[in-house]
Amino acid sequence: MESLEQIRDRLLARFPGASITLVTNPGPAAEHSLLLSAEHARKIAMFLRDDAALQLDYCSNATGIDWPDKEVVETKKVAVPDPAGGPDKVVEEKTTRLEPGYLESVYHLYSMALRHGPVVIRMRTVNRSNRVTLPSLTPVWRSCDFQEREIYDLYGIVFDGHPDLRRLLMWDEFKDHPMRKDYVEPDDFEWEPTPHGAVLDRAKTHYPAPEVKP
Amino acid sequence: MIGTGSAPSPFGQLSGPTVRKVKDPFHGDLLEVSMGPQHPSTHGVFRMDVTLDGEVIVKLKPVFGYLHRNHEKIAENTSYLGSMPYTDRLDYLSSMSTNWAYALAVEKLAGLTVPDRAQYLRIILAELTRLVNHVCLVGFLFNDLGTSFTPLLYAFREREKIIDLFEALSGSRMMCNYQRFGGCRVDPTPEWLAAASRLVDNFPSFLDEYESMLTGNEIMLARTQGVGRLDPKHAINAGITGPVLRASGVNYDLRKVDGYGFYPRFDFRIPLGDHGDTYDRYMMRILEMRESVKILQQAFRELPAGPIMDPKAKLRGFRPKPGEAYGRLESPKGELGFYLLSDGSPNPYRYRVRPPSLINLTLLEEMCLGHTVADAVVILGSIDIVLGEVDR
Amino acid sequence: MSTADNTRAPDPFPAAGNISDDEREELRRHGILMTSLEELYNWGRSNSIWPIQFGLACCAIEMIAAATARFDIARFGAEIFRPSPRQADLMIVSGTVTKKMAPQVVRLWNQMPEPKYCIAMGACAISGGPFKQGYNVLKGIDRFLPVDIYIPGCPPRPEALLNGLMQLQKKIRGEHLTGPDAARHTRADVPGEFPVPTFGEHDLEPTRNPEVWTPPAPITRSGKG
Repeated sequence: MESLEQIRDRLLARFPGASITLVTNPGPAAEHSLLLSAEHARKIAMFLRDDAALQLDYCSNATGIDWPDKEVVETKKVAVPDPAGGPDKVVEEKTTRLEPGYLESVYHLYSMALRHGPVVIRMRTVNRSNRVTLPSLTPVWRSCDFQEREIYDLYGIVFDGHPDLRRLLMWDEFKDHPMRKDYVEPDDFEWEPTPHGAVLDRAKTHYPAPEVKP
Repeated sequence: MIGTGSAPSPFGQLSGPTVRKVKDPFHGDLLEVSMGPQHPSTHGVFRMDVTLDGEVIVKLKPVFGYLHRNHEKIAENTSYLGSMPYTDRLDYLSSMSTNWAYALAVEKLAGLTVPDRAQYLRIILAELTRLVNHVCLVGFLFNDLGTSFTPLLYAFREREKIIDLFEALSGSRMMCNYQRFGGCRVDPTPEWLAAASRLVDNFPSFLDEYESMLTGNEIMLARTQGVGRLDPKHAINAGITGPVLRASGVNYDLRKVDGYGFYPRFDFRIPLGDHGDTYDRYMMRILEMRESVKILQQAFRELPAGPIMDPKAKLRGFRPKPGEAYGRLESPKGELGFYLLSDGSPNPYRYRVRPPSLINLTLLEEMCLGHTVADAVVILGSIDIVLGEVDR
Repeated sequence: MSTADNTRAPDPFPAAGNISDDEREELRRHGILMTSLEELYNWGRSNSIWPIQFGLACCAIEMIAAATARFDIARFGAEIFRPSPRQADLMIVSGTVTKKMAPQVVRLWNQMPEPKYCIAMGACAISGGPFKQGYNVLKGIDRFLPVDIYIPGCPPRPEALLNGLMQLQKKIRGEHLTGPDAARHTRADVPGEFPVPTFGEHDLEPTRNPEVWTPPAPITRSGKG
């Protein structure tokens, strides 16, 4: 199989307006991925499936990832002139910046005909609100049907063009998206004999902390 | 087809048995039946919302989530090793394979190697698991066909023999928790290996006995041949894997394709079906068991001595470098994958199971359309689902 | 009752109550069997418990294993697994009860005719077990149903299930038909049906049945040493 850079270049030549970025994977697995812009994603997916050299006819895995907002602290060294006339003082200035979070969907593609893979493609939403949309790839690979419903259920990404987008695992009346990192579980813990960590914090709200023997 | 809300197939409409399109006045109304979640032949808490025209299915909607145990959320809050016992409970009929799939993904994520002896042990245990799974599946399938319990009694007789071995090795009958990142947990004794080898040598005679009762059975042929056809083009597009895919004639077995573990060293064949019907799916299981016996016999012959753990592997304080990995293997049900994303902390940032049981159900509606309710039960039985894995 | 018990309310079947065990044994040696209606009734019930064929998760496989030839639950008269709750006496809650499944479990219990018994099989059915931290896992079926026998294990071995069944048989044999400690199913004031929880926006509503289960009191280890 051609390398991911070659695939990216071919895609850029074929779809001039699309933004396709190579996301490198620093781990030992070195499975790099292509970040697709949402508006061209389905056309690109069709191309990946039908291209004679790639024939990625099998979408094995589709999943979501939640990246919450995070605070980035940037330190900048600023030279402040000394009012006494000496040499400039170097002062570190810290600025905190809120990097907006996003939701991501990841697809692992293989070719059953040519027996190669994986090609990993990913798409990102603009923010983490409740009505964020990404194009559905179910019309391209039917195997995304249940998996995209699961992502919708657990992460809250609304897939545009999905034929039957309902919750897959939780009940229909359920309002939350439990796999998001900021999801708060309903508090129905009971007392545990040796609570620790988050369980202990929750137990404290129900019962006084157990007295530990000296 | 009457208002099926299913995904339009990219290849156009499926060519299944014809379903009455127009509601003619001499027929009664359509009947909606909810099969499950408590139903004797849905293999657990699976539910199918079926719309019937008389006895013929015109619409079928699977409903999931009755066993959604939040495995992924719990795994993201525990250490990497802490999730290993939970993988046992995913596919509770074949915990050894599930363990291996998870270990494989973590080894890929952290770049660990596995010693030779452990690789052989993994293959031995995975193939024994395949025997357990397939033999139980055949028993359950015949339960669904109406031969209540008798084939299952034979199946469980063999299963008990194999899980006795698992218990002797790992301490638990079903939840083995045996694989570790970079190796295996305990080394089997020579007596264990001798007993396992004896069992494997006797297994073909059991299969002959089993097949002599089941395979040529007239009712079985009438109820399974031509029922629930699945054509290869749609099967590939719907991500169907494992014996269900190979029954449709697609030669795709990860043991050959990916060649994970030491499978390239083994001499075995991949059985393929012609028709993709329920009968072929049944035969796939029988033939795969015979091939598994061959793999096992070769593994017992060639099992090398040596360590069973990678000395570099750490059990405590295991923190893989940031990165992501998708590890997959051929579990008895199909392609079982684990997608792991590490941010350098002791817990996985994202932990995802790619369940073959769930995705093999994608085309259940298309396979069942035009058949009767009794056939839907058989088709579901031949797909081989375990609800722990479907809902996780 | 095998022994005369003066503390109880007037016995409707005094003939059996007035005879001691030794005397009965003596009669039995001569080929005369004597029993009370209560004893006969409980003996019959305890030896033909029909469980509902209802598997939830991993434990269901061990439940099936208990029914197969090696463990053979038929020795205890409980091999007839009924797919319909209307024909069943015993509900073996075998596996994790999720919040999505809990209303159905309660509804099945309500559909079972009295006398009925409930076994919580496995850690998940008792308390949520290893999946206790899950947002969709009910922390024990005893929050909604009265449980008679708890069988710990993950999953319990088939022998453990058989032991639980024997405990249940013992419990049934000790039940009374009349009197202040009469069995649950003979009394009009004890409910046989329980409210079915509904699906809420974040959790089940209600999250537990306060008449069946209240949170346990905290255990404080105040003693020195």
